[in-house]
Amino acid sequence: MNSTQPKLLMLFYGVVAFFAVVGILLLVVDKAPKRGREKVQLFAFLAPAVVLLAVGLLIPAIRTFVLSFKGPGSFDWVGIENYTWMLTTPSAQRILLNTAVWVLLVPALATSIGLLYAIVIDKARGEALAKALVFMPMAISLVGASIIWKLVYAVRPAEQNQIGVANQLLVMIGFEPYRFLQDPPWNTAFLIVIMIWIQAGFAMVILSAAIKAVSADVIEAARLDGVNAWQMFRNVTLPSIRPAVVVVMVTISIATLKAFDIVRTTTGGQFQTGVVATELYDQAFRFGEEGKGSALAVLLFVLVLPIVIYQVRVLRSQKELR
Amino acid sequence: MTVLGRGSRAAAGLLGLTLAVAACGTGDSSSNNVADPDASVPPGCEEYADYQGNSGTSVSMYTSIRDIEADRFVQSFEEFEKCTGITINYEGSGEFEAQLNVKVQGGNAPDLAFIPQPGLLQRFVEAGEVVEAPEGVQANVDEHWSEAWKGYGSVDGTLYAAPMGANVKSYVWYSPKSFTEAGYEIPTTFDELIELSDTIAATGKKPWCAGIESGDATGWVTTDWTEDLVLRDAGVDVYDQWVAHEIPFNDPAIVSAVDKAGSILKNEQYMNGGYGDVRSIATTSFQDGGLPILTGDCSLHRQASFYANQWPEGTVVAEDGDVFAFYFPGENADEKPVLGGGEFVAAFNDRPEVAAVQTYLASDEYANTKAEIGDWISANTGLDVANVANPIDKLSVETLQDPSAEFRFDASDLMPAAVGAGSFWQGMTEWINGKSTTEILDQIEASYPK
Repeated sequence: MNSTQPKLLMLFYGVVAFFAVVGILLLVVDKAPKRGREKVQLFAFLAPAVVLLAVGLLIPAIRTFVLSFKGPGSFDWVGIENYTWMLTTPSAQRILLNTAVWVLLVPALATSIGLLYAIVIDKARGEALAKALVFMPMAISLVGASIIWKLVYAVRPAEQNQIGVANQLLVMIGFEPYRFLQDPPWNTAFLIVIMIWIQAGFAMVILSAAIKAVSADVIEAARLDGVNAWQMFRNVTLPSIRPAVVVVMVTISIATLKAFDIVRTTTGGQFQTGVVATELYDQAFRFGEEGKGSALAVLLFVLVLPIVIYQVRVLRSQKELR
Repeated sequence: MTVLGRGSRAAAGLLGLTLAVAACGTGDSSSNNVADPDASVPPGCEEYADYQGNSGTSVSMYTSIRDIEADRFVQSFEEFEKCTGITINYEGSGEFEAQLNVKVQGGNAPDLAFIPQPGLLQRFVEAGEVVEAPEGVQANVDEHWSEAWKGYGSVDGTLYAAPMGANVKSYVWYSPKSFTEAGYEIPTTFDELIELSDTIAATGKKPWCAGIESGDATGWVTTDWTEDLVLRDAGVDVYDQWVAHEIPFNDPAIVSAVDKAGSILKNEQYMNGGYGDVRSIATTSFQDGGLPILTGDCSLHRQASFYANQWPEGTVVAEDGDVFAFYFPGENADEKPVLGGGEFVAAFNDRPEVAAVQTYLASDEYANTKAEIGDWISANTGLDVANVANPIDKLSVETLQDPSAEFRFDASDLMPAAVGAGSFWQGMTEWINGKSTTEILDQIEASYPK
């Protein structure tokens, strides 16, 4: 009770300060001389966003980069040691390999499955219901989804009743129960299934909308030319929805690179399932190895960068086309 | 609460200048609502005379202890707060280790933190964040704690944090009832323990059960097993060298100890009663690990004294009850190494009221007050066993105060976090999952920060 009162007071001060700043800003902009008023306005309205970006994003990013060259406790400079650790230690290599597998498989599979599903249900009866079913996982948090799948994968000894759906099915068709989360390297694949389960719905919704936006004239023209289903897909639909496919792939790729919740919830990075984001957290926050954590964060940034640049370029070229 | 401030000077005059009072007497000129200035410490507060003079101040406390155990802490401070006028703001967090780091680095450090890992304490001391223990704390620690315990709260010979709570890990839980029925004796040497296991295994039952899944901390149970066996198989001297990394992690002595742990943990004849084969240990939660003892599917479960809290309601924890624990025996009946853990109270801010609270927590009065509330013990030698109610805590206090028992702190809490809370936990989980001893120990050795 004692501590909530000052907090509310601080909140009040904060709100008052916010209005004061905005008020003064508007006043100053309004009173600016006619000549160059536009420039003043531009500056005044951009400045808050720029300052916030600098404080919240730019400065931490630079600090992270600097820290990645320091040792435990951030006292001594260690040069590129953290980076050589990342690339030469077997346990760290394993993490990079896992991340690579995630990034290669998830966007490709999630997009393909989403696209296939979108085409199959397009204009079918009960389309809305079919879409809702696949989109549903998107509504669940990643942690929630991971807990569900952890239960699906749960294993009990052969002589006991299985409590996981996956193993119950295996037992029913006469196999031994399998430890889905405990046996590397396949356990990583089973974690990837969770991500695909979530992301396929996202891909499906965006791509389905794009398919519906393909001009009816083009489709009719193609029909008159006598294309079969595959030709229609390959030569008409796919080129028309290419921008949407790119956006979906890029978004899923970035989400996958940052995959953290699934691994942490299901295995905690045990059994050789760690990825860059989980290792980054462990190193920086649990082991007090801020340098190694920062180095991994820099790596993550470097990996995301080309994808973002690619997306920006695609968007630009589309703008020029229009 | 403000009524008490003025009393401090009078108390000082009456009781002779103790350190805490001398320090505060100069600063206190506030609050003078006391009707009779000559009145000493408020009635019923004589025990707290040393901590007077900080009325109206508050001290923040950050710990990893939550829920009912946290309520008991808050309860244990009530009288102290009433008598001294110091308000203690207690906060427990499930992400204590990571968040403490964030708070300290963000310039928002708590006044006091209960740190369960001497390794973590050392990290903060080296960063220059922790205040050296005030004289009152030094005096209390010298009087009430063993050299070993004092050492765990010190860095380079300087005391920073006084020990507080303690637990004993070298226990094997069992069912006294079924032992009596089957006519089993409690083993007093490691060989007898193995004989007993074989006897039970011969009846077609798996004698042992274990679970090491514990979220972020998965694997810590196996590291405790390892430590207990290093203490027994290699001895306390090797243990100390191993902790200090004076011998490599994959030293033959450690390999032998881990293999000895494996002779139980990775033995398909012994494990994992009620849960399946050896590898099921890795996915069974530590909370569930020993429960098959109640159903009779398992007879032995090595786990710390605090496992007493895991038994379902209605389970009688007593020497003649449903479950109880015996000392995890050593090589012979005379050698009694004890593995345990505890918390250390470190101060991040140098203020008189913080020093007063820190001094109080290190005192024998506090140890007895807290123990009376229940389910808590300390290695404070001033703790009277009579104040400890439940039988397993009584046993733990006796074990801790036994002069023949040689106490050693949990090694994984002493090692650098990258090993002690990282590669050691993960490695021992992979070890359970099927990898060989040497492969795992080599891997952990390679992960040691250079």
